[in-house]
Amino acid sequence: MAEVEETLRRIQSQKGVQGIVIVNSEGIPIKTTLDNSSTVQYAGLIHQLVMKARSTVRDIDPQNDLTFLRIRSKKNEIMIAPDKDYFLIVIQNPSD
Amino acid sequence: MVHNTEHPDGIFPLVLTSVTQELFGCRTDEDVTKENPYKLLKKDDIIQDIKTRAAVSDFSPVKQIVLNYPEDELLLVYDRDFTYGQSFYLVLTPEAKNEILAPPKPETPEVPAVEIIKTPEPKPWISLGSEQEIEEESVRETRKKLRYKCFRVQRKVDAPLCFSDRNTADAEDGYLECPSYLDSRFSIKQMQRDCGVQAVPVLQSSSAQTQWKHQRNIFTVYKPRDLQEDEIENILRSEGLKDFLNLVTPRVLHALQQEEIMNVFFDDWKALGTGAEESNWSERESEVLMLYQAFTDQKYSKDKKISCINWHPTIYGALAVALSKKAEKQSTTHDVRPSPILFYNFSDPSTPQLLLECPDDILAFEFSPSDPNVIVGGSVKGQVVLWDISAHVTYLQGSQPGSRNVPVNSNPIDLLDSKENKTPVVHFCAVSALEGGYKAPITDVHWLPQTFEVTRMGLPVENQHNAAFQFITCAPDSSLWFWDIRPPRLLSYTASDVKQNADQMPQMPLYAVPETFKHLDQTWKPLFKVSLPKIDTSGEYVPLKFSLEHYTCKSMTGRTTDEAHEDDDSSKVIPDYSKLRLPSAKTLTPLEDVNTKLYVGTEHGEIVYTDWKLEKDDSGRLQSAKPLHCLRIHHSMVKTVQRSPFFKDIILTTGSWNFAIWKEGVMNNPIIQSNHSEQPCTAACWSLSRPAVFFIGKEDGSIEVWNLLQKTNEPAKVNAHVTNGKITCIKPWIASSKQHFLSVCDDLGMVRVFEISRSLYNPTKNESLSMRKYFELEQDSMKERKDMQPTPKKGNEESKKKTELDKPVKTVEENEGANMKEYNDDLMLEESILKSMGLLPATTET
Repeated sequence: MAEVEETLRRIQSQKGVQGIVIVNSEGIPIKTTLDNSSTVQYAGLIHQLVMKARSTVRDIDPQNDLTFLRIRSKKNEIMIAPDKDYFLIVIQNPSD
Repeated sequence: MVHNTEHPDGIFPLVLTSVTQELFGCRTDEDVTKENPYKLLKKDDIIQDIKTRAAVSDFSPVKQIVLNYPEDELLLVYDRDFTYGQSFYLVLTPEAKNEILAPPKPETPEVPAVEIIKTPEPKPWISLGSEQEIEEESVRETRKKLRYKCFRVQRKVDAPLCFSDRNTADAEDGYLECPSYLDSRFSIKQMQRDCGVQAVPVLQSSSAQTQWKHQRNIFTVYKPRDLQEDEIENILRSEGLKDFLNLVTPRVLHALQQEEIMNVFFDDWKALGTGAEESNWSERESEVLMLYQAFTDQKYSKDKKISCINWHPTIYGALAVALSKKAEKQSTTHDVRPSPILFYNFSDPSTPQLLLECPDDILAFEFSPSDPNVIVGGSVKGQVVLWDISAHVTYLQGSQPGSRNVPVNSNPIDLLDSKENKTPVVHFCAVSALEGGYKAPITDVHWLPQTFEVTRMGLPVENQHNAAFQFITCAPDSSLWFWDIRPPRLLSYTASDVKQNADQMPQMPLYAVPETFKHLDQTWKPLFKVSLPKIDTSGEYVPLKFSLEHYTCKSMTGRTTDEAHEDDDSSKVIPDYSKLRLPSAKTLTPLEDVNTKLYVGTEHGEIVYTDWKLEKDDSGRLQSAKPLHCLRIHHSMVKTVQRSPFFKDIILTTGSWNFAIWKEGVMNNPIIQSNHSEQPCTAACWSLSRPAVFFIGKEDGSIEVWNLLQKTNEPAKVNAHVTNGKITCIKPWIASSKQHFLSVCDDLGMVRVFEISRSLYNPTKNESLSMRKYFELEQDSMKERKDMQPTPKKGNEESKKKTELDKPVKTVEENEGANMKEYNDDLMLEESILKSMGLLPATTET
């Protein structure tokens, strides 16, 4: 529990990080630093995206797997690190 | 006994003596009693008695009646109770006699006696001949009935029978049909019928089969799924999560740091600053001023020029225009009435919504910044006029039906209506005192910003009410006067003036004058005066226009910003001006950081930079300071002195043929000076939204749009011949974020409102920054010029200036020469002044 907290704090302390969400494999958010509505939105939408991305990668090469996903938008950048059971979403404001 | 109250006619009361009574056998209480009061007397006896005793007879009064009596017997009634006045009375008529003897049954309805119902007894039948009729009608047997017996022949009986079928149609008369037919006699319409209804659902079974080509799990979630608290706890504690995080964190940190180091998606090309051109490229063609509306009024603005225009600060689409007579024109119609200030509104371009009546032609006016209902104006005769339009503000909104004027000539029928719909007129509230006022027309008036006030001594102090009470006027008789709209503290001063002016009071206006400024009327005097003595020579400068710096209070002594905001809210209530008093200078804290210097443009084309704080001279009197510097840049009258709305220290001045941009603090020269143009510049104003753009109006009626970031030697765009006359005033206005207007007035009495196109009002990226840099650049280059020799300076300046026309070059050269001389003088003078600040030469006088 404390380790989890500590890890999140490490990530949070990076420059420009706006929020972190940990989501389980079903798309239910477990831990978050954002408000409830944003969390739910991010979890639901990004879960679908991750499924799609993963299936894309594996379709092309079944030996392959998705390790990281970065979405760059005008206002910020969303980074998703997926795993078997969970995935981690970090939203960052780029440096400029 | 029946009492007859009235005396019936057939009764005659009679007195009978005892002798008569014995004779006729009607002695009282013997023959006639109460129970038996009637006595029948024979007529003959009475006649006999009358004959025998003649007059003595008791019957003598009724003698004639008795003789006439038809019957033989008369009735005498013993009246024991003296009902009719006498003991007896004689009944005169036989009918009455019968009536009394046999009194008819009273007519009052009685309770009908219950009759005993008896069965009628059978009476013997009386034949009336009906039995004969019956006899005739009845049918009787006349003879005995005959009896016959018949039977079939014996051999026919007991024969074998044979049955066979027979169709009904075989025999003709085999059957008798009684078909039913619709009998019209019995057509009964059934009105109501009980009917049973059952709803039967129509059910249909069908099936369909689709091809599920792409198998895909789709789900819809109505509510976000949640985990329970304890589940979350469990998960957080689980090993799996820890492993996951340990695995994932390095990647994430790596990515995050990448971001920090460099932004790979950064578009260098775009950010280089060519973005300004890029955005303007498409809109370059449309950098125009589009005519939005034109306002004029036939009645008031004919043959008049517009001397000043102002947009209403709060009401959308309302502008006010001051008209004045043209100097050159000989008025063929001796229109002695002074022209009013007209208020126009976008909704009605041909008729003004409100008129402000003026004592004379107004050359300059301004809306009060804190209360847009107060307007101050300066007139041709040197008087300051105040209006309060709070009662009529609704007309300006343009939605009042009453403000819709019916043109007088086009509607002869509705004469009454047109009378009612006349433009409302507001009379001025207060005028300054005529004697002791300006001797020359007031050419410029500006309200002091509501952030600070000025005392009588000329010191700026803080403004407690945060409302604008003071303004400055200037007139060509060489001074700037400070005025206050609150009544002065020295009441004795005003009382004597009031007495004086009471005699001189003109006939009171008949219509309602707002009382707001009653305390000032006719007795108004300025707070203090600032004169402009010339720096080197005697005499004074002749100011035409001026501009002072808007001071925004950065720190209010002892008040936090919250309190300041509260004060703002409370001061929204417009104070009653007559109740306020000029505060004592001791109670208010003086503000040290107010910039008390202002720029003044004079009649001869000089720009004077002076301080309005009064100083003490040798004798202890307060005098105005000598101006800090003065430069003759323009040839003749300075038409505009205006500060940039973006930079506090950049001032645009226009004079006869050129314009100049000055930076406050740079003493010797304007940082930018334009070339001479062919047409004299008559009006100028900064754009309200773009720091680099300003508009200049010319005498030939064209408007030049200057964009200092595009071109510095010529206007970015010229709208030629916008009007036939010459342009007298330009004022921009931002009505909404999408609508920027520019109002242009000419000397033909017409106001044209242009809509500024988007490219002209949208500032480019970092425009103000670029402008500031540009100004600094110019300033530096000018400093370089200053350091160098005068003659090579001239050459440098020429080379540094961009391409010019030949004609303007010569005049610029000449100008430069004159300026250089003055400039050198100024330098020396400046040094001397700065050293000896406070000491004034004796020649100057206010």
